[in-house]
Amino acid sequence: MNSIIQTNGLRKVYGMGDIQVAALAGVNIRIDEGEFVAVMGPSGSGKSTLMNILGCLDRPTDGQYFLAGEDVSGLDKVRLASIRNRRIGFVFQSFNLLSRTSALRNVMLPLVYKRENQLSPAQREEKALAALESVGLADRAHHEPNELSGGQRQRVAIARALVNDPVLIMADEPTGNLDTKTGNEIMELLHNLHERGRTILMVTHEADIAGQTERSIVLVDGLVASDGRSVPGGAT
Amino acid sequence: MTTTTSPVTTTNEPEIMPATAVTDIISPVEIIRIAWEGVVRNKVRSLLTMLGVIIGVAAVIIMIAISAGTEATIAEQIEGLGSNLVFIQASFGRGGGPGGNNNSPSLVYDDVEIVASVGGVVATTVDQMTTQTVKAGDVSLTDVSLMGTTLGFPTVRDVEIGDGRFFNETELDRSAKVAVLGPDLAEQLFGEANPIGQSITVGTTKLAVIGVAAEKGVVGNTDFDSLLYVPITLVFDKFMPSQFRQFAGDNVRIIYVQVEAGADMDLVIQQIQLKLATSKDVSVDDLPFTMQTQQDIIDTQGATTEAFRNLLAWVAGVSLLVGGIGIMNIMLVSVTERTREIGIRQSVGATPNDIRLQFLTEALMLSLVGGLIGVLFGVGGSYLFGSTSDMRTVIVPSSIALAFGSAAAVGIFFGFFPANKAAQLDPIEALRHE
Repeated sequence: MNSIIQTNGLRKVYGMGDIQVAALAGVNIRIDEGEFVAVMGPSGSGKSTLMNILGCLDRPTDGQYFLAGEDVSGLDKVRLASIRNRRIGFVFQSFNLLSRTSALRNVMLPLVYKRENQLSPAQREEKALAALESVGLADRAHHEPNELSGGQRQRVAIARALVNDPVLIMADEPTGNLDTKTGNEIMELLHNLHERGRTILMVTHEADIAGQTERSIVLVDGLVASDGRSVPGGAT
Repeated sequence: MTTTTSPVTTTNEPEIMPATAVTDIISPVEIIRIAWEGVVRNKVRSLLTMLGVIIGVAAVIIMIAISAGTEATIAEQIEGLGSNLVFIQASFGRGGGPGGNNNSPSLVYDDVEIVASVGGVVATTVDQMTTQTVKAGDVSLTDVSLMGTTLGFPTVRDVEIGDGRFFNETELDRSAKVAVLGPDLAEQLFGEANPIGQSITVGTTKLAVIGVAAEKGVVGNTDFDSLLYVPITLVFDKFMPSQFRQFAGDNVRIIYVQVEAGADMDLVIQQIQLKLATSKDVSVDDLPFTMQTQQDIIDTQGATTEAFRNLLAWVAGVSLLVGGIGIMNIMLVSVTERTREIGIRQSVGATPNDIRLQFLTEALMLSLVGGLIGVLFGVGGSYLFGSTSDMRTVIVPSSIALAFGSAAAVGIFFGFFPANKAAQLDPIEALRHE
C-alpha cells in the first residue's frame, strides 16, 4: 500500500516569548491510499491545527509530513499553494463557494489555478461538468449558490474538490451545517467516492458520523490518544 | 487559451515539485477574466470608484484644451499684426509727453523717415488713433475709431484694400481730406451702395471716400474692419486737441517697422538705434523707446501661457491623484469584504502572486475604464465648452494620452497597496473570516 499521509513527530507551537502553547506535541500518523479516516477530538485538542497542516494550509514548527511520498513540511507559500491545487480537495463545513458565481465556475476554480498541463477553457468546462455530473448536479451547473439548497451546495463543493483529481480529500465537518437527512446524503456520496478508491480524511465531532468510517483517530492535547477501527453506531 | 500561448512552461516538467514553475502566475487571460468578474459583480461600487478618475481625466483634457485654445488665439493675433515686424515703442513717462520734460528727446513723426532710411527696412508706419462722430447722408455714427496713418500701413500691418485705393504720398504730405473705410464701417454708413466717391463728415470736416479695406477682423483690441483710415497728417492738423498738440508735438507711440525677409533682425535694430541716437544726439543707452520684435512678443506670451497651462495641468493632476486615492480606498474595503473569497481561492491553489495580480488588475481595470469614460467626457466637454462660451478650446491629442496614461499609472500605484494586502492574507485566517 502506498502511504498518502505520513507524519513523523509533527509539532506546532503557537505563541511568542515565554508563553508557548504546543497545539501539536508530536503526532505520528500514517494513512494509506484508499482509506476513509475520521479525526475526532474535543476542541483545543489540536484537531484543526492538524487539519491545516495536513491540508497544506499551514506548516509544522517541527517534524516531517510526507504527502504521497513527497516531503511538504518545509515548502514555502507558493509551493504549498501548488500542492493544494494538485494534491488536495477541500470540503468545508460552510461550503465556501464563491457567491454570485455559477456552480460550474465554482467547480472550475481549481482548474483555473492549475499551472501544469493547463487546459483550454472548453476542456475545463467539460471536466467541471463531468465532476458536477458525478455528484448528480449536472442540471444545476448554471445556478448560483444562493439558488441551491445546502445539500446541493455541499455537492458543488465536493465536485470542486474532485475536479483536479487529488490524492487526498479533506472534509472538515462536511455535515455540520446540514440537517440529518441531507447530512446522510452527503455521507453517502463520500462513501461512494471511497468505494471508488478515494482517500478521504474527515474531521468531525459527531460520533455517529465518525462511526461510518473505517478508522478513527482521536486527538487529545495535541497527541494521538487512540487510533483504530471505527465503532459503528458512534461509541468510541 | 492553450498551453502553447500560456506563460507557464511546465508541460515538460515532472509532476513532482517543479522547483521554479510554481512561482509563475496563471494565464493573463484568466487573471483579466477574474478581475473583470470582480468589477462587474458590484457595478455601483465600481462606478463610484471610477468617478474620481473620470473627473480627473476629463479635467486634464478640458483644462489643456482651454489653455491651448488661449495660446492659439494669442498666437494668431500676434501673427495678425503683420510679418517680420519690429516695434519701436515710446517709453512710458519719458520724452516730451504731457507732464513730461519738453526738452527730452522723444519718439516723433519725423523719426519714421530716419527709420525708413536704414538698410534692410522694407516699410514703416505709425498711427495715431482718435474717436470722432462720422456722418454720411442720414446715417450718423458716434465714437468711430479714426486711425491716422502713413503709406506703409497696408504693407506693414497686412491690411489689403478691397475697393478703390489707399491714399498716396501727395495726399499724406498735404493733409488731404481723404478717407479709406473699414468694410464694416462702409456697410454701416452706406449699406449696399458703393461708398467710393461719396463724402462723409468727420466731426466738422468733410472727407472724400477713396477706398474700402478688405476684411481683416479683430487683432488684439482693434477691430480693423470698423476703422476709418485717414492720412496721419490730417489727424495732427484737424483732430488732435490743440492744447494737447502744443505739448506733444507730433509725438507717436509706436513705429511699426517691416524688415526684409531673411535680413539680420539684430543688425537692423542696432542700426535703427544708432541712427535715432545720432539724430537725437543722445547715447544709445538713453534712447527714449524700447524695441521689440514680433518673436519677442510671441516668446513673452508663450512663457505666460505656458505657466498658465502648467498651472491648469497641476490642478487637473491633483484631481487625478484624488481619484487614485478613491480607488485605493475602495480597493482596501473590497479586500476586507472579500477576505473569504481570497481564502477560497488560496485553498484551491491561488498563489500570493495570483491574488496580488487579481486585485492589481481590478484596480487597473477600474482606472482604465474610468479613464476611457473620462476621455469621452473630456473631449465632449471641450467641444461643449468651446461652442457655448467665449473661450476657445483646442483638444491636444497628447493631453488625451497624458490623461489616460496618468489614469493607468494611478491605478497601478494606488492598487498596489490593497493588492499586496490581499496577497499577504493567511489562507487559514481568510477562510475563517465571516
